[in-house]
Amino acid sequence: MAGISSIVVERIGKRFGDHRALAGVDLHLRAGSVCALLGPNGAGKTTLLGILSTLTRPTAGTVRYLDGDTARAVDDRLRADIGLLAHASLCYGELTGLENLTFFATLYGVADGAARADALLDEVGLEPAARGRPVRTYSRGMVQRLALARALLARPSLLLLDEPFTGLDRGGALALGRRLGQAKAEGAIVVCVTHDLEAIAGVTDHVVVLRRGKVACDQRDPAGYSYAGLRDHYHRHADA
Amino acid sequence: MPVAAGPAYNRSVQFARLVFAVAGKDLRVELRSREIVYTMGLFAAVIVVVFSFAFVRNQAALIEAVPGVAWAAVVFAGTIGLGRAFDREREGDTMRALLLAPAPRLAVFAGKAIAVALLVFAVEAVALPLCLLFFNVDLGAAVGHLALVLVLGGIGFAVVGTVFAAMLLRTQARDVLLPVVLYPILVPMIMAGTKATAALLSGNTGDAWFWTKFLGAYDVAFILVATWSFEALVIE
Repeated sequence: MAGISSIVVERIGKRFGDHRALAGVDLHLRAGSVCALLGPNGAGKTTLLGILSTLTRPTAGTVRYLDGDTARAVDDRLRADIGLLAHASLCYGELTGLENLTFFATLYGVADGAARADALLDEVGLEPAARGRPVRTYSRGMVQRLALARALLARPSLLLLDEPFTGLDRGGALALGRRLGQAKAEGAIVVCVTHDLEAIAGVTDHVVVLRRGKVACDQRDPAGYSYAGLRDHYHRHADA
Repeated sequence: MPVAAGPAYNRSVQFARLVFAVAGKDLRVELRSREIVYTMGLFAAVIVVVFSFAFVRNQAALIEAVPGVAWAAVVFAGTIGLGRAFDREREGDTMRALLLAPAPRLAVFAGKAIAVALLVFAVEAVALPLCLLFFNVDLGAAVGHLALVLVLGGIGFAVVGTVFAAMLLRTQARDVLLPVVLYPILVPMIMAGTKATAALLSGNTGDAWFWTKFLGAYDVAFILVATWSFEALVIE
């Protein structure tokens, strides 16, 4: 997959007034991997995702997005390679699911946006009957499926997911796990903030635990982590 | 022999497409709910009606009050609409989605500003006829000129308002802060609009054109400032 082949995060810090959200975070994210970004509430996970998405400016340090050995500029073309699933849906309640995706397809310059939107809604399992209804009438799980479709719209090479399993039923969570595995196989960088360790076990090959704005653990296992392995890392580093 | 469209032309067409996609989305959302336009229209109508009963001399509404009443109605109702238009972007955190998209931030700004301007024009279309009716004013041939003044004022309000409303989107006390930061910047626009309207009512075309040009210059200046500052103001 062309686009972002690796990301180098160096000594990233972020303050919100007197509150220090991140304090000197170093990370190296590689293409074709799924990174589970773990940590207790307030550890700085969402802030780090915001910085990786280019929407939040760090107060210290740098993030370099590399294509091979070449650093890419933070511009519209880079943003086209980033898919974000955030806490909020990032969709308009008054518009239908299909209208939301078609609108964002226009902003992303996706060719044949309506067809791509339909295909993605099939893929995330949003029923055809729901697609023509305003998003404000959707259940939490349906909104989450739509949000995932929105994040995947432009075939991003960097996929940032903040609690993506929230509200999904068992089938939806399994399908999302499979989709993350597919993105990894296609060469994307996937960063997933979650507390649902069971759902991401198997596809995760990189574990990062944040604690009080610092990296408490940064490990890789090309064979992937089991649920027990992820749980062990979490309890050892996040609860320390 | 047909001339092939150059890259600059293609970029302009793509930019316009993005601007109209953002503006069209905002208007579609408003058409579905109609909450902003109804609230703004009703608020503007109440201001005009109340002041038409307050400013009375010799049992007739005071024509001299029309410029102030009309512009107060437009600005106050416009502020309500502006705040609500950006509250919608906060509900699903959709402003982040707009800023994350590879569309130029200037296209996002222009699309939002156009949608706000159209809402302000709708309020003006309510406030002005009501003013003429309740204050018993016959503008005659000056109607066209007054429409131009209102359009220029609406554009200025939308441009400045869009920048500040977007900037305050993640601020806790944004409903309180928006008028506090917005009105001082709008004072020259409100003053010029009021003066131009007063000049038109008194038949002083020369003064009216001076203030109309002032409004035009205000719009150009703030479009340039907004273009330069929008991106820096909306990033966290």
